[in-house]
Amino acid sequence: MLGFLKNPVVVTAEINLNLVVLTVMGLISRLWGLSYPRAVVFDEVYYGQFVSLYMKRIFFVDDSGPPLGHMLLALGGYLGGFDGNFLWNRIGAEYSMNVPVWSLRFLPALAGALCIPLAYQILVELQFSHCAALGAALLILLENSLITQSRFMLLESILIFFILLAVLSYLKFYNLQRHSSFSGGWWFWLLLTGVACSCAVGVKYMGLFTYMLLLAIAGLHFWHMLGDRNLSNVSLVCHFLARGLTLLVIPVAMYLSFFFVHLTLLYRSGPHDQIMTSAFQASLEGGLARITQGQPLEVAYGSQITLRNVLGKPMQCWLHSHTNTYPIRYENGRGSSHQQQVTCYPFKDVNNWWIVKDPGMQQLVVSNPPRPVRHGHIVQLVHGITTRYLNTHDVAAPLSPHSQEVSCYIDYNISMPAQNLWRVEIVNRESDTDVWKTILSEVRFVHVNTSAVLKLSGASLPEWGYRQLEVVGEKLSKGYHQSMVWNVEEHRYGKSQEQKEREVELHSPTRMDISKNLSFMAKFTELQWKILTLKNEDTEHKYSSSALDWITMDTNIAYWLHPTSGAQIHLLGNVCTWASANIAAVVYTCLSLWYLIRRRRKIYDIPEDAWQLWVSAGQICVGGWVVNYLPFFLMEKTLFLYHYLPALTFQILLIPIVLQHLSDHLCRSLLSKSMFNALIVAWFSSVCFAYRTFSPVTYGEPLSVAELKDLRWKDSWNILIRKQ
Amino acid sequence: MPAAGGGRAGSGPLRQRGTRRLQGAPPASALSPRPPAGWRAALGLVTLLSFASRFHRLPEPPHVCWDETHFGKMGSYYINRTFFFDVHPPLGKMLIGLAGYLSGYDGTFPFQKPGDRYEQHNYMGMRGFCAFLGSCLVPFAYLTVLELSKSLPAALLTAFILIFDTGCITLSQYILLDPILMFFLMGAVLSMVKCNSCADRPFSASWWLWLSLTGVNLAGAMGVKFVGLFVVLLVGLNTIYDLWDLLGDLNLSLVMFGKHFLARVLCLILLPLTLYMAMFAVHFAVLNKSGPGDGFFSSAFQSQLIGNNLHNVSIPEHLAYGSVVTMKNLRMAGGYLHSHWHLYPEGVGARQQQVTAYLHKDLNNLWIIKKHDSNTADLSDSSSPVEFVRHGDIIRLEHKETSRNLHSHQHEAPLTRKHFQVTGYGINGTGDSNDFWRIEVVGRRTGKLIKVLRSKIRLMHVATGCILGSTGKTLPKWGWEQVEVTCTPYVKETPNSLWNFEDHINPKLPNISLDVLKPSFAEILLESHMVMIRGNSGLKPKDNEVTSKPWHWPINYQGLRFSGVNETDYRVYLLGNPVVWWLNLFTIGLYLLIAISTAVALKRGVQLTSEHKELSRVVLCGGGQVALGWLLHYLPFFMMGRVLYFHHYFPAMLFSSMLTGITWDTLLKFFSQFLSPSTKARRVYGVGILALILLIMYSFYLFHPLSYGMIGPMASDPSSPMAGLRWMDSWEF
Repeated sequence: MLGFLKNPVVVTAEINLNLVVLTVMGLISRLWGLSYPRAVVFDEVYYGQFVSLYMKRIFFVDDSGPPLGHMLLALGGYLGGFDGNFLWNRIGAEYSMNVPVWSLRFLPALAGALCIPLAYQILVELQFSHCAALGAALLILLENSLITQSRFMLLESILIFFILLAVLSYLKFYNLQRHSSFSGGWWFWLLLTGVACSCAVGVKYMGLFTYMLLLAIAGLHFWHMLGDRNLSNVSLVCHFLARGLTLLVIPVAMYLSFFFVHLTLLYRSGPHDQIMTSAFQASLEGGLARITQGQPLEVAYGSQITLRNVLGKPMQCWLHSHTNTYPIRYENGRGSSHQQQVTCYPFKDVNNWWIVKDPGMQQLVVSNPPRPVRHGHIVQLVHGITTRYLNTHDVAAPLSPHSQEVSCYIDYNISMPAQNLWRVEIVNRESDTDVWKTILSEVRFVHVNTSAVLKLSGASLPEWGYRQLEVVGEKLSKGYHQSMVWNVEEHRYGKSQEQKEREVELHSPTRMDISKNLSFMAKFTELQWKILTLKNEDTEHKYSSSALDWITMDTNIAYWLHPTSGAQIHLLGNVCTWASANIAAVVYTCLSLWYLIRRRRKIYDIPEDAWQLWVSAGQICVGGWVVNYLPFFLMEKTLFLYHYLPALTFQILLIPIVLQHLSDHLCRSLLSKSMFNALIVAWFSSVCFAYRTFSPVTYGEPLSVAELKDLRWKDSWNILIRKQ
Repeated sequence: MPAAGGGRAGSGPLRQRGTRRLQGAPPASALSPRPPAGWRAALGLVTLLSFASRFHRLPEPPHVCWDETHFGKMGSYYINRTFFFDVHPPLGKMLIGLAGYLSGYDGTFPFQKPGDRYEQHNYMGMRGFCAFLGSCLVPFAYLTVLELSKSLPAALLTAFILIFDTGCITLSQYILLDPILMFFLMGAVLSMVKCNSCADRPFSASWWLWLSLTGVNLAGAMGVKFVGLFVVLLVGLNTIYDLWDLLGDLNLSLVMFGKHFLARVLCLILLPLTLYMAMFAVHFAVLNKSGPGDGFFSSAFQSQLIGNNLHNVSIPEHLAYGSVVTMKNLRMAGGYLHSHWHLYPEGVGARQQQVTAYLHKDLNNLWIIKKHDSNTADLSDSSSPVEFVRHGDIIRLEHKETSRNLHSHQHEAPLTRKHFQVTGYGINGTGDSNDFWRIEVVGRRTGKLIKVLRSKIRLMHVATGCILGSTGKTLPKWGWEQVEVTCTPYVKETPNSLWNFEDHINPKLPNISLDVLKPSFAEILLESHMVMIRGNSGLKPKDNEVTSKPWHWPINYQGLRFSGVNETDYRVYLLGNPVVWWLNLFTIGLYLLIAISTAVALKRGVQLTSEHKELSRVVLCGGGQVALGWLLHYLPFFMMGRVLYFHHYFPAMLFSSMLTGITWDTLLKFFSQFLSPSTKARRVYGVGILALILLIMYSFYLFHPLSYGMIGPMASDPSSPMAGLRWMDSWEF
């Protein structure tokens, strides 16, 4: 019974001191003087806003990526006790005392520091020597651009950390595969691969590239397993399912969970509300929800409504009319109907109210019980304040002459009859008898006489239309477009028979009692879609660059400048490392091609296992560089040097691989080997020298003008020199 | 002559080497079936049907349809020899022009807008030519599939799909580039496949023939539209695979391999390049008169066009104060320095008058050169002596129409934030010291005179030291989509910041005839490509505009109106035969499934019968090539920023149809083999193929009015012939 006591409890610990020392050095290099400068540095001005909004639980939309990265930064703020009260308005602004600078910057810095042991481990798992692994770790340690990027409240270092973690865990998993499939460690590393991938994607969409690369490599490895006749079909299926579960299902679930946390945390309405649909806005606390709570759900004849255009571009707006008429002649000489203007107005206004009227009846109040409007019903829309009917006719619209003018009809007693019947088409209906619902239904208004569709053209009217947005009847309605779809936002059942009473009623706020809740999936789909499709004005930034500039580091980014002394921080790489990394990539490619062609002719220059190592190292390092770099040539967004850092990390890992390969296989004699080693020492000291030279602009040490001028090694670098 | 001599024909890229020894042996093995009997008769039949369907009602409607307005017009330009600019390379339009010329069209019809009646003008030659090329697609596809699958039913199925697809018919019946493009594209694929099947007889006459034909067709495809690049890619990948295979064959000496390599370089790179350049040479030789496209090109280029103001130009040679000039940017497709009354909008630098670069000739491009410190050098004052502008002088440029000075200051430029904004400033030529520019000629010393057209000059802003340049970025709507002009603080010698004087008016100076430096052919070629690429990337969709998305295409989501809108019009609507297209779409999924299971089965070492081996070879090699073609002609559109249209999918649709033929044939064969070896098996197989063909023919019967014209009420009306056929709400007929 007490048999387990027969053996002593033994703990054998194996500590790789290399790793420990590297980690400590990494921590020192990244964390040293972390709260200096106590001022907003570069994109902190951007991410800081989001951190503040998290602290205040206010909803926002950031089109740059998914929420995990922002949430991690916010976690730092939360741990440091940040209350979110800081105005993030310009780069260089001093932080007030309530901002916990150190803890806000801590997580990115920690992630940056941990990249160093990860790099070491990756090389070890790729089965290169510990010496090569040490080299890789040291190169990452001494890379100025990675240091700069980790030391502030920015996302790249976190992204790189997750990318490297994913690669490392996949390699660990793959190395375990050979002897111990389905063991605990095997599952752990496989699972960690999936988790790290989803975290990488969750921080920035760039993580997707590495995720795809790992999926491709996993697919390739599985393909090789298929050829292994020793494995039974059943075990292959198990392998396949295990990979599918951990590399596809779990990452997707994790990704959803990020959004779940994001949406749970942010429940208050805020500055970006109007980007979202009315239904989404109504689900947030405050804002629209305050107005729409308790509105009747079903639109009935006699309902008073405001109609919001679903597109929300160029800005959210509501169908609007006012007493002014279209000018008889436009500037370009075309004529108009001179009837009352109908526009789309981006602000709440009493003139946004419309009444749904049954063409067959005169009354403008809701009967008891209310008669709901259904899909396909024909209605008239009466403008609440002016009691004119929404109308369109075969007159060219003011700015879009191919479409029809939309007006509120004034009977001038000329041969222009009223054409004010509209058919209600619910776009997102479930059946053809659906009732038109407040907020939820997306509706098209099809003109009965001309089958034109009520549409927001996106153009803004000249002075006579008060710069409001033009609304037209689109004759050739080519398919579905959100600019033709409207939804009811505010809604109440009209009770006043008389116009005077009705005006008072229109001015009064709506009643409320119930709230409408969207399901998580509906919210997620909408938010995700907005993130992907939202486009900021892509004007060029002062420090933006093109992807081609990155290889040669022809560009830099000034992150921060001390207001009085010459101290400044730049994103600037270690020149020596960047050049060597490029050379390594070229050497790798040429050597691989050479080997490949020779092998095709059955000439084997290096032993088979060395070749396999060489190939798998290339898959990861060159592959990682390619997938993280080349897609930028196809992108049309504003690009910055820091987008290159993930690719650069992979390229740096390639340097020791190539060096070890050269020394193992090409330096045959002892003499050449020692020559090679001497060269490596010389080269490495130049890397250290470059690091030392540029460390003042990495850490922001004060420099004199002459010293700054000396640092400008390339003309294209933008080092800020104060005029005397 | 496909598969001449039998032998080991029809091998795809995965063929096994070493069968070379089979050469001359009787083609008895199951791996190398001879072409099925009756393929010639079937070829005749499909060709006949194809021509009949494309030429049926070809003259209808007798008015300009859709893009005929562009390509017909460009054909006329060739007949009239007027220079124009288009975003596509010239071959397609040249062929249209040639067809028109040969058929007696005189180039006088203006092709102003769709719907214009042709009246007495002879348009049938051009339409007939396009229809002829469009008809050839069917036999080409037939032969390609026959070669890949060695199965007559597969080839017939493909041919019938294409014959009875309303989309392919409509697209072939008008004066468009697409039939021409697809002709060369399919030609290239056919010759590539034929050449692959000649691989066991390298360097034979037929091998050389097909290899060089591939090259010729590639040049043709590239010469019609840049989309031809995708087929170049397809052939390129195939060639690389082929060479890789040859390299692995140790029986082949390196010398032989070198020969193979050189033969491909010769036929697939050098030959097409030569032809492509020859096409441009003809293009420039034919179009020798000035026309609407002049302004897109450099001064040197324009001087070659008869009727251009630079042709045999006679202007004052040296620049003097008081001269009225235009300045052209030296960047490829750079414009004229331009200004107009409109101001920069709020928030974009200072609210002063816009200065842009503009590609068209315009009065607003005129500037007057004045001394920086005086306004005296007026043209009206005839007594004052002429004073020449010299290198290094400080000048002021006054815009002639608005009398504002070219001005710059330390505000950010509208798009390129690192540069300074350039504006028009001052009233009637009175401004401030920010209007002063130092004029410098590249590579000259102080005091030298400045020559019109020949001197490359730059303007340095005196106050800030920046240089006037054009960045090539298109301004948003407020800038009328003209090109941004900035003052760059980076003093680099790039064409962006260099200018030349083009027009020069100064009545006090004698006009001298100038021979402008003639550009070499290579320069012209490069320049016209830059202009085309810029033109292509400029075709951006506008805000709030409903555009066609690539994912719409395979599901036949929405067509294009070719002619007619209203009930009384003769309406033609470009839309694929929905049955065919949905069959194609379904088949792509089916093919993926089949291909993956086949590949896995092979990898797992499942024992296959020889019939199954042959089937898997057809699926993986033949089908693989075609599927790759589909991918290459479809996926890139997802990454394109320009405006896309439904008809861009048709090249991919050709591949998709071939894939359908191959896949269904293989699938039916595979299932019928379960029932073998009775005659029942053959019957099931035959009935299956026949059912598919009949289905396609019936659907064509239903939808044929889409191509051959609909008159009368719209489909929503129950009395219309198309009533009940509007299966999707997005179809507009």
